Amino acid sequence: MYILASTQASNFVSGVDKAFIIILAICFFFLIALTAVMIYFMFKYNKKKHPKATQIKGSNTLEVVWTVIPTILVLIMFYYGWAGWKPMREAPEDSFEITVNSRMWNFTFQYDNGRRTDTLFIPKDRPVKLNLRSMDVIHSVYIPAFRVKEDVVPGSDKFMWFTAQNEGIYELFCTEYCGLQHSYMYNWVKVMPEEEFNTWYTDTTQQLASAQVESPTAAGKRIMTNIGCLACHSLDGSRLVGPSFKGLYGHEATVKTGGETRTVMVDDEYIKRSIFDPNADIVEGFNKGLMVSYEGQLTETEVEQIIEYLKTLK
Amino acid sequence: MQASSKIPTDVSYLEYKGKHKGLLSWILSTDHKRIGLLYMYSMMTLFLIGVVLGLAMKFELIAPGKTIMEAKDYNAVFTVHGVIMIFMIVVPGLPAVFGNFLLPIMIGAKDVAFPKLNLASWYVYIAGAFLVIASVLFGDGSPDTGWTFYAPYSFKTGTNMLPAIFGAFVLGFSSILTGLNFIVTIHRLRAPGMTWTKMPLFPWTLYGTAWIQLLATPIVGITLVLVSLERIFGIGVFDPALGGDPILYQHLFWIYSHPAVYIMILPAMGAISEIIPTFSQKHVFGYKAIVASTLAIAFVGYFVWGHHMFTSGMSGTAQYTFSILTFLVAIPSAIKVFNWISTMYKGSINVQTPFYWAVSFIFVFMIGGLSGLVLGALATNVYVHDTAFVVAHFHFIVFGGVGFAFFGAIHYWFPKMFGRMYDSTWANAGWLIFTIGFLTLYSPMFYLGMQGMPRRYYDYLEEFHAANILSTMGSWVMTLGLVIILINLFRSAKSGAIAPKDPWNGKTLEWTVPSPPPVENYEEIPVYGEKDGPYEYK
Repeated sequence: MYILASTQASNFVSGVDKAFIIILAICFFFLIALTAVMIYFMFKYNKKKHPKATQIKGSNTLEVVWTVIPTILVLIMFYYGWAGWKPMREAPEDSFEITVNSRMWNFTFQYDNGRRTDTLFIPKDRPVKLNLRSMDVIHSVYIPAFRVKEDVVPGSDKFMWFTAQNEGIYELFCTEYCGLQHSYMYNWVKVMPEEEFNTWYTDTTQQLASAQVESPTAAGKRIMTNIGCLACHSLDGSRLVGPSFKGLYGHEATVKTGGETRTVMVDDEYIKRSIFDPNADIVEGFNKGLMVSYEGQLTETEVEQIIEYLKTLK
Repeated sequence: MQASSKIPTDVSYLEYKGKHKGLLSWILSTDHKRIGLLYMYSMMTLFLIGVVLGLAMKFELIAPGKTIMEAKDYNAVFTVHGVIMIFMIVVPGLPAVFGNFLLPIMIGAKDVAFPKLNLASWYVYIAGAFLVIASVLFGDGSPDTGWTFYAPYSFKTGTNMLPAIFGAFVLGFSSILTGLNFIVTIHRLRAPGMTWTKMPLFPWTLYGTAWIQLLATPIVGITLVLVSLERIFGIGVFDPALGGDPILYQHLFWIYSHPAVYIMILPAMGAISEIIPTFSQKHVFGYKAIVASTLAIAFVGYFVWGHHMFTSGMSGTAQYTFSILTFLVAIPSAIKVFNWISTMYKGSINVQTPFYWAVSFIFVFMIGGLSGLVLGALATNVYVHDTAFVVAHFHFIVFGGVGFAFFGAIHYWFPKMFGRMYDSTWANAGWLIFTIGFLTLYSPMFYLGMQGMPRRYYDYLEEFHAANILSTMGSWVMTLGLVIILINLFRSAKSGAIAPKDPWNGKTLEWTVPSPPPVENYEEIPVYGEKDGPYEYK
């Protein structure tokens, strides 16, 4: 039954959905039954038909009945809620571990072999344990298709685990409000068959760090929004703390390099240098030292996507 | 009350001319009825600001991407909407307005125990409200943390948090003082012969609420002080970088803010417990069960705060303990619903506007409460926590519960408060439109949450679009209903038909005094001894 998000893609789905269906069934039964009774009474005992009320002050039997029955029902609901949740608390020892680094406002995924990605790549049918780290405020990792969610709290070690059961690409959201770009702090999970995953994981020539869900341009825009570029650089040519991005790519810029004024072409090379070593060239008319390096915070792929997006800002 | 000899008993509190004239005769009055109305007018104003902010938020969400405002503004809008609606409307709401107006009358007293303190509470309330509004209008950007002020974001953000936090702190004191006043009033000033088990249900719920206000509010007060100190001096209680614990903040915040939900809903339940017997012309079913469930909710409500934190990383034991307690607190609410519906059984139901509100209250409260069961169970909570589902749930409880009860109460006690009847055709039309709008506005959010849309989202993926459009349209319909209701009430207060003393054939004490009541309510304190209880229909 697909009452919840998209496909049923992890080992927790059946437990969570079962609890959901049982609770909803009981809820709907009571909601409909009690509403029907209420409406029936409104007609049946309307003062036009029933001008004289019969005074009844209560009934101990009924009070006991409608205390005991709901108590039993809520204990049943508690049980299913507990049963669906229990396995989430203990990750199998042989889980494949990935570190999730969260910051305002993006996630990066770090693998044991040093690979860092923008999309969470995981093998199918193998337990995956995410070690959750936050560098600033509280975030929360939420993968609806897997029915999992855990807050990422700065200064403490939290984890979540799951076994993905279907290939595909799924959403991963930040669900703890974390400031300005909270609603853009989402990413993708790509579930691959184990062999394919292993090839991807061990093959260092393969640089794929983002799943092809959105176009590189769209990804570039999202990344730039998330890491906060646009707070200081406008898209419409207006002057903020730093130079505008409008019409930047492919044009010449006058910059100061170590006290020397020179003219450079804005190309891939220049943009990469500006991101990773922002104080090397300072555009004429702007101040030094305001931007810090994004070294180690952006993957190669992400930088390429940023460049693709800048190309569109004619 | 020593001065009672000088105060005429044949002049209503609205027409009474005391020492002061005009506006001063209101803002310097210690008459509990005038203070009740002062609260009502201030709350109406703030509520309308909150509504406009809510409308702006819903309009922004009608389509993905930017519609009318930037993310920064949206974040400020939902924060201020939450702070106003929670701290200034629903928490003080029914006690401050109807509690003030009716509690003394319903228990046969001439005023509350400390009338000057009562007026002081209103000033404290206004001061808190001004501080919060000031935080929006002045300084370095409106607060943008959400009404929960979660650490560490609340001391990392550069926006104008201090006045907002201080405002919430001050508002807390208004709540504490009102609570204290009511507790003493109920203990000391009940009419001779009105034993505890003969007290009407609305005062009973005010009593339960007052204890929560008195005991739980200081916790949020000290927590907000700690956040301020953290921002100013970096004392390191909540900041993990300084060895603090952000989860501690959540515990302290919810230790107050969960019971606060019961501060809101108990008086709402109390008002419903008055309306249903009156319009069914029947003794309330299970009086003692309703009282017991009120006290049970007030008590167990202290121990369920952890259900706001199932994904925060508490220990497993804490999680299932809080889960099971949460389920148990649902029982007394269910008992109330069963008793209300049974009160209608074999009644002689006079279907009037307050009754429509009461019945629709039960309906939306059931939806809110039953969806709370989804949130109380661990597995399903993990899935829908911090999604639109939660937003739907608490709007059904907080706005559906408190809001519907408030409108029910205002129509029910309107003749008593203003001495005039409301226009029932417009009142019913307003109710119907409002209810349709309400359901259209909030129901789609359950669906959105189940589809995985996180809350506090300025922008969203295309897959969430359709339900958001529906929800936004609901907000327009609901606002239309609201406008009709308010205009009708204002017009009726001025020019409605003159109301008799007891237009609904109610049996509680407020229906024995004139409409509107004289300044000190009773010429002579009523003696309650000969009556069996508050709902003696024949």
